[in-house]
Amino acid sequence: MKVTVLFFAALREQLGRPREELELPVGVSTVGGLRDHLRARGGEWANVFAPNRPVRAAVNQEMVQPVATISAGDEVAFFPPVTGG
Amino acid sequence: MKVAIQCEDFDLGAEVRAISRSPRIGAVASFVGLVRDVRMTLEHYPGMTENAIRKIVDQAAARWQVLDCTVIHRYGELQPNDQIVLVAVASAHRGDAFAACEFIMDYLKTQAPFWKKEHRTGGATWVEARTADDEAADRWEK
Repeated sequence: MKVTVLFFAALREQLGRPREELELPVGVSTVGGLRDHLRARGGEWANVFAPNRPVRAAVNQEMVQPVATISAGDEVAFFPPVTGG
Repeated sequence: MKVAIQCEDFDLGAEVRAISRSPRIGAVASFVGLVRDVRMTLEHYPGMTENAIRKIVDQAAARWQVLDCTVIHRYGELQPNDQIVLVAVASAHRGDAFAACEFIMDYLKTQAPFWKKEHRTGGATWVEARTADDEAADRWEK
């Protein structure tokens, strides 16, 4: 199952990329699962997605909780808590 | 209803006049947010930003009488004293206009995907989210 993963702000800078096309491994079907999968890459990925780091997520441009499910073709975004206004 | 995410500055007077034309409108409440003392870059999530703000405006319109509304948020490079954000709400009476304007602003701070990076002499740092902003949005749930 292919998805597009986007990174914004501090996450984008630390990971050195704004986006990635990703084939989800079998067993990864939620936003929280994807976060764990990315953290397991180690290095900067482990820092960015460390459990104590506040990271927010959106699926298809809607803010979601970690239990939200991911479907083929979805756009999943990870970013820090927002600071606009 | 107008939601605009743009680099360019905006004209408060022109925006208020644009939503004041109906004879039903007796009150327009507006809020303008400014850059305080440091140069900054604002990043956003194109597409999601507009959707998130429209959703917030819809929620406000479900709670108060909102006859018209304009939200403008800038992104890119901003200097001290630059305007960042405008929320203007037109209603028949001031109570609805004030409340809806403040509600939209409070939710925008916690729901709209913008990120500020401050440029100081020591270097650039991403602004941390404030719990006070979460609390300001949460009080509307009570």
